[in-house]
Amino acid sequence: MILTTVNFVPGRKILEHYGLVSGSTVRAKHFGKDFMAGLKNIVGGELKGYTELLNESRNEAINRMVTQAQSMGANAVINIRFSTSSVAQGAAELYAYGTAVRVE
Amino acid sequence: MEGLIQIGGAVALLVLAMFTGSIIERRHYASIRAREAQFQNLPAIPYELPAGDEQPLAEVRMVMGSTVVSIDYFKQFLFGLRTLVGGRVSAFESVLDRGRREAVLRMKEQFPDADIIVNMRLETSTVSASTQKALNSVEVLAYGTALKYRK
Repeated sequence: MILTTVNFVPGRKILEHYGLVSGSTVRAKHFGKDFMAGLKNIVGGELKGYTELLNESRNEAINRMVTQAQSMGANAVINIRFSTSSVAQGAAELYAYGTAVRVE
Repeated sequence: MEGLIQIGGAVALLVLAMFTGSIIERRHYASIRAREAQFQNLPAIPYELPAGDEQPLAEVRMVMGSTVVSIDYFKQFLFGLRTLVGGRVSAFESVLDRGRREAVLRMKEQFPDADIIVNMRLETSTVSASTQKALNSVEVLAYGTALKYRK
């Protein structure tokens, strides 16, 4: 599966469009990690626990999008965009969407 | 007496945050500058390739990098003071600047051999916490399409 953020696959011709595909996941924070982050927040710097958590979740969203594209018979997803929104205190939704296409 | 202890604790926390926060920030900037120098031959552009670019490609890959940076206690205190008079909050600007540059660097580190990263997008979102008052952090995500030309 080829993933790109441009509206074509560089170096290849698009044969067919399958429309929008998307994947999303809502994740809550681990209590222990949240507590550690609270301590870390006093001194500033990177909150590694959160970075990891959001990365994992985003990969999950991408996987769901890819699965949907595969089921349509696509071999590439182009023009991928991400969006993050907090739905509740301590929970975030990660959303990935793009256009499923078949390229040569 | 109890009030004094509470004030003393808050002041001690503030001083701790001020020192460690500035040390962490200085170290982070040093590391960012060093790595940016390393990647100066890998530009990341926010638009698609110009139509004239027809160089044969060896590889196309989506790359992404993200980081969550927190705003330390002292900066939050400065912000609290700033809200009294309004204006520019430079204490927060450096945090966002660090976050963005770090995210872009992590994105580049995913494919260091690429020639160019096109259509790069940056997204910033706040990570809310269970205790809103105590936690303020920002997530920055950078993503784009890395191209490697066939040579």
